[in-house]
Amino acid sequence: MGGAAGGGETEGLTTMRYIEPHGHMVSRTTDDYQAMVTAGCQAVCEPAFWAGFDRGSAAGFRDYFRQLTEYEPARAAKFLLPHYSWLCLNPKESEDLGLAREVLALIPEFLGRPNVLGIGEIGLNRNTRNELRILEEHVDLAVRHDQLILVHTPHLEDKLKGTRLILDLLRGHAGVRPGRVIIDHVEEHTIQQVLDAGFWAGITLYPDSKSSPPRAVDMLEICGRERIWLNSACDWGVSDPLAVPKTALEMRRRGHSEDFVDAVLFRNPVRFLSQCPKFTVRAEPAA
Amino acid sequence: MVDHGFVPVRAKLIEVAAFLDRVERYAVADDFRCAALRRAAALLVDGRPARARRILEQLSDPTTRPDAVSTGKAALGAWAGRPAAAKRKA
Ligand SMILES: [Zn+2]
Repeated sequence: MGGAAGGGETEGLTTMRYIEPHGHMVSRTTDDYQAMVTAGCQAVCEPAFWAGFDRGSAAGFRDYFRQLTEYEPARAAKFLLPHYSWLCLNPKESEDLGLAREVLALIPEFLGRPNVLGIGEIGLNRNTRNELRILEEHVDLAVRHDQLILVHTPHLEDKLKGTRLILDLLRGHAGVRPGRVIIDHVEEHTIQQVLDAGFWAGITLYPDSKSSPPRAVDMLEICGRERIWLNSACDWGVSDPLAVPKTALEMRRRGHSEDFVDAVLFRNPVRFLSQCPKFTVRAEPAA
Repeated sequence: MVDHGFVPVRAKLIEVAAFLDRVERYAVADDFRCAALRRAAALLVDGRPARARRILEQLSDPTTRPDAVSTGKAALGAWAGRPAAAKRKA
């Protein structure tokens, strides 16, 4: 927030710092990196996701994991932007149990890579038995390797049921520590149960199917800001890689302080992500 | 709050009204999603709080057991009910 609290002549001319904790940069242009850095982005984190089509072989996933751990961090580095990634097989692709298990078996060889933060985004898509089975195997893998977990909750009418199934599974797993798990894409009907169970919650600013900046700020006002991050989940769909910094305007319009903006957009994601020693962005006051 | 928020939200409410008119003109108003939208809209004026949460809940699948197999299709935004009960139009 760069000394924004000072007021006086510089009031309103705030420089902002923020983390994009969930962006699918492989599907974005280099212009987006430039815009994010210009807006104050200090790090971008990229969960593994669905490519828009079902991949046909484990070799396709191996190439994707190399893209997330080699090529994409190098592309971001051209803009001095630290790039981190999360690895998994997306729930949309877990109906084929044979392929899913082949992919699960090759994840450990990538976990030691310097930009890998944990296992994600795992979760459910249409709330099926096979999806649940593969989710559980991902959770086992994360626990065995002491990894952070990023969970995707299903879309639209499936979100409520899926969130409940995910919470039941995570609460029933002896090795899961809720403070090391973030459950993403919460909305008004799922956020409170996620927080009550001790997990972190992610609010996604995504047109039509998820939350808007005003609704996100409503949830922060109602549920508190302690264990919540905001993300754009920008991908190949209609989405906005600057949705997180734009939400700061909604906070300021309502009279929230620069400290509130900095806590939600920067210090919260840093606090969660720093549980992985490879995440080196620190929350000291901006110079 | 009202100064800033009213006009954009007014526009969205008129979009809802125009959509409900349009699906009637096109004779698709009995699609389960249109019916769900009308039921959800009624919650706006029932005088009770947490409207956003309650509308999201009303549009949700209320069942609790995982499905045996995936339909292979994307979510539609409203719960179709048991497979035989779903009536879908273009
Ligand atoms: Zn995502």
